[in-house]
Amino acid sequence: MSATAPAGRPEHASLAQLGALLDRRQVSAVELARLFLDRIERHRDLNAFLDVRPEATLAQARAADERRARGESGPLLGVPLAHKDVFVTRDWHTTASSRILQGYTSPFDAAVVERLAGAGMVCLGKLNCDEFAMGSSNENSAYGKVLNPWDRGAVPGGSSGGSAAAVAARLAPLATATDTGGSIREPAAFSGVTGTKPTYGRPSRWGMIAFASSLDTAGLLTQDARDCALAFNAMLGFDPRDSTSVERPPEDYTRHLETGLDGLRIGVPQEFFAAGLEPEVEAAVRAALHEYEKLGARLVTVQLPNAALGIPVYYVVASAEASSNLSRYDGVRYGYRTADYADLAELMAKTRAEGFGAEVKRRVLIGTYVLSHGYYDAYFLQASRVRRVIAGEFQRAFAQCDLIAGPVTSGVAFGFGEKSADPVAMYLADLYTVPSSLAGVPAMSLPCGFGRQGRPIGLQLMANHFDEARMLGAAHRFQCATDWHARLPPGF
Amino acid sequence: MKLSDVHRIARLARIEITEAQAEETARQLNDILAMIERINRVDTAGVAPMSHPLDGVQRLRPDVVTETPDRERTMANAPARQDGLFLVPRVVE
Repeated sequence: MSATAPAGRPEHASLAQLGALLDRRQVSAVELARLFLDRIERHRDLNAFLDVRPEATLAQARAADERRARGESGPLLGVPLAHKDVFVTRDWHTTASSRILQGYTSPFDAAVVERLAGAGMVCLGKLNCDEFAMGSSNENSAYGKVLNPWDRGAVPGGSSGGSAAAVAARLAPLATATDTGGSIREPAAFSGVTGTKPTYGRPSRWGMIAFASSLDTAGLLTQDARDCALAFNAMLGFDPRDSTSVERPPEDYTRHLETGLDGLRIGVPQEFFAAGLEPEVEAAVRAALHEYEKLGARLVTVQLPNAALGIPVYYVVASAEASSNLSRYDGVRYGYRTADYADLAELMAKTRAEGFGAEVKRRVLIGTYVLSHGYYDAYFLQASRVRRVIAGEFQRAFAQCDLIAGPVTSGVAFGFGEKSADPVAMYLADLYTVPSSLAGVPAMSLPCGFGRQGRPIGLQLMANHFDEARMLGAAHRFQCATDWHARLPPGF
Repeated sequence: MKLSDVHRIARLARIEITEAQAEETARQLNDILAMIERINRVDTAGVAPMSHPLDGVQRLRPDVVTETPDRERTMANAPARQDGLFLVPRVVE
C-alpha cells in the first residue's frame, strides 16, 4: 500500500501518509494544525470536541516544525491528534464530560499525552465522551450528545463517541480513547473507523481519570491498523507511576504488518453468532471471515461458553471499582461544589447529586450495594470468580487459535433515545466486547461493511495477552485487501 | 432492593436523593440486579477471585519523595480556599 496522500487533501490522509508529507516538507506541522482546526470549527455541529485552544495547538505545531528544522524526524513528529477528555492535560480543560469537573485544569499531563507529545504529536483539543466513560452511546455526556458523521440521527457509540466521530469525519487523523468494557471498539464499529484496545497494563493509566482500574485500558481510534501500530510504538510502555503497568521490553508494533496470513488460525466463537445477532451484521462479519480464508487463514470453531455472563460480571466489577474511584469527587479539593449547604456531609451529598449525571449515580449506587455488608460475597466475590472462569475460557480458546474473530455489536448504530430509557438494554450493547475486557486481552474493531441506512459494521479481532502486533498485522492484511476503512462519510 | 436499601446505599455513597428519585432508582437498580443474578448459576467452587487480568502483584517502591506537586496549580482548582488551605464547613466545634 502506498504512503502517498492524494495531492491537496491532507485532511483525508492517514498518519503514515502525513508523516511522509512532513518528511518531504510538502506540508508543515503548523499548516496541518490550521487545516484540522478549521475542519473542527466547520463541523462543530457534531459536538465531538469539548475544548479547542488554537494558540496551544499552534505552539505545539511550531515546536514540531522547529524539531524537524533541526534535523529530527519520526513518523509522528508534527502529526496532529486529539485526546479523549479522560486524559488530563495542562493546556486544555479536563472534565471527563462531567459537570463535577467543569473548568478543571490539571497540573500535569497524563502519561499517554506526555508520550505522544514527546514523539512530536500536536494536540488539537479534547474530545467528548460519556461521563466518566460510562456509556455506550455518548448520550451520557454533561455537554451534549455527539452526532454520528455517517447518519446524524444515529449515536456515534460510546463511551469514546467524540474520538470515533472526530476520526470518522477526519477532524483529526487519529484520537486517543479508553476501553473499559468496549468503549473503543463499539464506537469504532458504529462510526466506521479502526479502534484498538491493547493488552491491559501496556498503556499507563497515570493521568487517565479512573473508572474501573482493573479494566481501564487506553487505546486509539485510527483510520487503519497501520496507523495504530505506528502510534502504539510511542504510546505504550512501562510506567513506574502506574502500579499495574506491565514491565516488558519495548517492541515494534509494526513488525507483523507485512507478515502473510498463511496458516493463521482464526477462532470463531459459536456463542458470538447466537440469537440476537442481526442478520446484516452476521452477513458482513461472515464475509470478512471468508476474506480472511482467501488470504490464507484457517477458521477454527472455538467455545467461550460463559461469554454471555460477561455483562453481569462486568456491571458488578466495574461498578464496584467506580464507586470507590469516584469517591474522590466531593466538592472539597477540586471541581464543582453545590451552592447551599449546612455542613460537610450535606456539602458532599448535594455536590455529588448535582455534579454527577444519572448513569454515573446508578453505577456508583450499584457498586456501593455490591460491596456493602451482606452482599459482598454473593455479588462482588462471585463476579470476580466468574471473571476468572471467562478469562480461562479465552486461554483454552487461544490454545487452538492465534486470533479470535466475531462481531463487535449485535446491530448497527441505534438512534438517539432508543435505549437511553432502559439501562439494561443499553448495557447489553456491550455483549461481545466485555468478555475480552474482563480477560485483559487486546482487541480491536475494523470496518467490514455497512448495514441499514448506510450505518457502518465492525469486525472484532482479539488476540492473547501481548500479541497485539500479530492482531494489528492481520488487520492490516485485511485492510490491504478491502477498502471499507477508506470510505468517508458523505460531506466530509 | 427495597426503598430503604436505596436510601441506605445513597447515604453510604454520599449522594443526596429525593423520595421520588428513590422510587425510580429502586426500579432501575432492581432491573440491573435481576440481570446480575445470572452469575450465581455458575459453579465457582475452588475458583479464586480474579482482581487483575494478568494476576499482577502490586509493585512496591522505596518510600521516598519523588515529586513535589505544584501547590499553586493544584489549589487553583479548589472551589474555596484560604491561606493555602482547602475551605470546608466547620467540622469540629
